[in-house]
Amino acid sequence: MIAGVPTEFTPPGPESFDTLPIIDGVDWFTKPVLVAALSVVVIVWFFWGASRKAAVVPSKLQFAGELGYNFVRNSIARDAIGSAEYMKYVPYLTGLFFFILLNNVAATVPLIQFPTFSHVGWAYVAAIMSWVIYNAVGIRKHGAWGYFKHQTMPAGVPAWLMPLMIPIEFISNILVRPVSLSLRLFANMFAGHILLLVFVLGGEYMVFEAGSIGLAGVGVVTFLMGIAIAGLELFVQCIQAYIFVVLTAQYIGSAIAEDH
Amino acid sequence: MLTMVLPLTEAGEEANPLLPHTAEIIFGFVFLVLLAIAFAKVVVPKFEKAYADRTAAIEGGMNEAKQAQAEAKAALEKYNAQLAEARQEAARIREDAREQGAQIMAEMREKAVVEADRIVAHARTQIDAERAQAVASLRSEVGTMATTLAGRIVGESLEDEARQRRTVERFLADLEASESARQAVGTDG
Repeated sequence: MIAGVPTEFTPPGPESFDTLPIIDGVDWFTKPVLVAALSVVVIVWFFWGASRKAAVVPSKLQFAGELGYNFVRNSIARDAIGSAEYMKYVPYLTGLFFFILLNNVAATVPLIQFPTFSHVGWAYVAAIMSWVIYNAVGIRKHGAWGYFKHQTMPAGVPAWLMPLMIPIEFISNILVRPVSLSLRLFANMFAGHILLLVFVLGGEYMVFEAGSIGLAGVGVVTFLMGIAIAGLELFVQCIQAYIFVVLTAQYIGSAIAEDH
Repeated sequence: MLTMVLPLTEAGEEANPLLPHTAEIIFGFVFLVLLAIAFAKVVVPKFEKAYADRTAAIEGGMNEAKQAQAEAKAALEKYNAQLAEARQEAARIREDAREQGAQIMAEMREKAVVEADRIVAHARTQIDAERAQAVASLRSEVGTMATTLAGRIVGESLEDEARQRRTVERFLADLEASESARQAVGTDG
């Protein structure tokens, strides 16, 4: 780290996401676990405080809580599932949305700066839960065979196309959905974080370790670019939380929809 | 930031980002279930109750307003009816008063006529009485005069005829004078 002594630059890679146990010996207690646990505490604390004394005339805190709650309840759940049955899924969707949102935004919060969902396990488990839920409610509504037909045989398709349609629809509606759901979230968080690391570490390397005035100037610009990209990432983090929950709601909605 | 960038240097193995950590899957499941339960048991019921209360309050307010409007309308109708009744009453009273006034006037007129008649009749009887009295007194006076005249005629019969004639003429003149005096009394009465 002494200026003027050139050293090799190691670009960030998958190993940048390896997290050490916070307490030696407790292997499972890593940074993403801590951040995720904190996010659960914050969400529960905030919404419990906002809804504890929920009244006809809301307090400021209640108003803020209602704003967040209504966003998921009305703009996501009701629009995608329909006003008849959406209330059943609002608790899961709201919890899911704020869990993903807080953990994504944590990547921008100083001192945390690590996206929980860049560890693919979190994305897998969220996607699997959504997958289990929408398939379960679909089967409960239409029966196993009825649900299979509902998901794989679109109405209005001629019978001779069915041998083609059924596998395609089955793969896209049953098999691929959890994969795309989890990988989209994971990859966005993973790539966004790597991008930031490249700009910030690269800028840092060029300024302090490349040993050239010209590169140091470029490094400053790179570092500033990194800050701009952090802004972009903040946007992506919110969007990804929204997309994940909207898709979950839509999968539920299409699973329980009457035959189209 | 450096702390989280530290690569795990052990054994130089390639980290595969697509392989999940088991602990994270378990925690992810636990956290999501916890959140769903927290929302299902506390947040959603509280908020939904507040929404329901809000809807009820708005609808209740609207019903109240509707009721108040209906009451106001009823009151207005009642007042209008009362007003119309009062107007009718007033008209009736005026009519009564007019009738009564006319009746009173007619009665008064009748009374006045009766009174006038009574006065006229009274005057007439008084006149008649006075006249009768005058006739009676005249008659007695004429008698007295006749007697006086007869005495005089008898007393002076022996004197000449001329004297006799003068006496008769004087008597007649007297008689005429008393007649005109009586006439004057009659027109006065």
